[in-house]
Amino acid sequence: MENRRTPLYDFHIAHGARMVPFAGWDMPVQYPAGIKAEHLACRAGAALFDVSHMAQVELSGAGADAMIERLTPTAMDLVKDGRVRYSLFLNETGGVLDDLMIARFEDSLHLVVNAGRATHDIAHLQANLSGDDVTMTVHDERALLALQGPMAAAVLSDLGADLTGFTFMNIKRFSLAGIDCVVTRSGYTGEDGFEISVANDVAIDLASLLAARDDVFLAGLGARDTLRLEAGLPLWGHELDETINPVEAGVSFALSKRRREAADFPGADKILADWQDGPSRQLVGLRPVGGRPVRDGTELMLDGELVGRVTSGGFAPSLDAPAALGLVAAAAAISGTMLLAATRGKETAVEVVGLPLVPHRYVRN
Amino acid sequence: MIRYTEDHEWIDLDGDTGTVGISPHAIEQLGDIVFVELPEVGSEVAKGDAVAVFESVKAASDIYSPAAGEIVEVNEAMLDDLTSITPDRATESWLFKIRVADKSELDDMMDEAAYNAMIG
Repeated sequence: MENRRTPLYDFHIAHGARMVPFAGWDMPVQYPAGIKAEHLACRAGAALFDVSHMAQVELSGAGADAMIERLTPTAMDLVKDGRVRYSLFLNETGGVLDDLMIARFEDSLHLVVNAGRATHDIAHLQANLSGDDVTMTVHDERALLALQGPMAAAVLSDLGADLTGFTFMNIKRFSLAGIDCVVTRSGYTGEDGFEISVANDVAIDLASLLAARDDVFLAGLGARDTLRLEAGLPLWGHELDETINPVEAGVSFALSKRRREAADFPGADKILADWQDGPSRQLVGLRPVGGRPVRDGTELMLDGELVGRVTSGGFAPSLDAPAALGLVAAAAAISGTMLLAATRGKETAVEVVGLPLVPHRYVRN
Repeated sequence: MIRYTEDHEWIDLDGDTGTVGISPHAIEQLGDIVFVELPEVGSEVAKGDAVAVFESVKAASDIYSPAAGEIVEVNEAMLDDLTSITPDRATESWLFKIRVADKSELDDMMDEAAYNAMIG
């Protein structure tokens, strides 16, 4: 089957991107500058990513909140108009079916879910629509751009956006150089930044306008991955999956207080036991000693015992060193603990460190 | 004459000693190199042995010896600045020199034209 193309496909080709298959899409993994340069440009200034492969799903109707509460641990009364929250679709054993963003905006809920889980998530939502007054719309006609980095706000201001009061995890409609956009102040890099939903037919206009600026750098999925790794942000299929619960993955902030107290979300028994007693394993940062990266799936040993595995491993350009995330037993999840990774027939010492590996720089209230 | 393997290594034979590296195409495909492991001088290797490793930001790639023989020299200098490993410096970014045991092993390898045709 042919991979899907975002409305920016021709734009990527014109900018010399190397396209790779990703979750059923042809996506730019990098541009000619390369992953390291793109990553560092995002930390230093502003980088533009095409994230149109993620699915944008709208739920409207009086039953939408109740439906989301049945599937996630989010207290929907906390998702006020114009606000965005991070959430999780949970299964009955406390595992994570996917992570997602939920925004309340113009009388609807606007969800953004991972590309690789979109088919699953849409079916999951569809299966839970029955009996509720909820209408689901999948917005295939909209693209999603991410503009991330400490200069991103200045770029949007320059395009005419008044960002007064528009802080981290807000959503609002803006006209950017005359193009109608729905913007959230959020992202997947640990930096200040924005995700911009825009109609497919004008997405390339907006991207071209941004790319033409001296202060905006193009970045691909390769840099997106190294940025989120440094920021300690989980990627479904790596740090999150159907067998990893939110407490283990370090995202228990997604468990709203009312929902914890009511214990009324899928998998609540298992998740709340870990929340109260501490999980038997935990997501940690890992810093390999020496220059050799450790890669996903590598087993981690402590005193000859298997204590965990690398969930995402590679190189951290901002640290100019290899870095990784791993799920390790609680006894090994203490900063400063030295573990051994068997990497390609050689043993690499890795130090357990706290997350994030590079501090977040969100612009909060 | 420089000859190429299907795995994108090249070998440049001078007498019995071949200098081995990877092609500009392979360097470009790897992207930013962040770690290189070279073989040990004096080690005996068989044709097709994984003898060196290039680690890029995204992945690790084995480098296979194009011939059997003894590793007689490695390019330690390249380790000082991995950012110097670029497609236009594929020759300077050689990995190791090998005393080739049987030069006929190179007979069925590709010349530059055949290699360029392969990578399209």
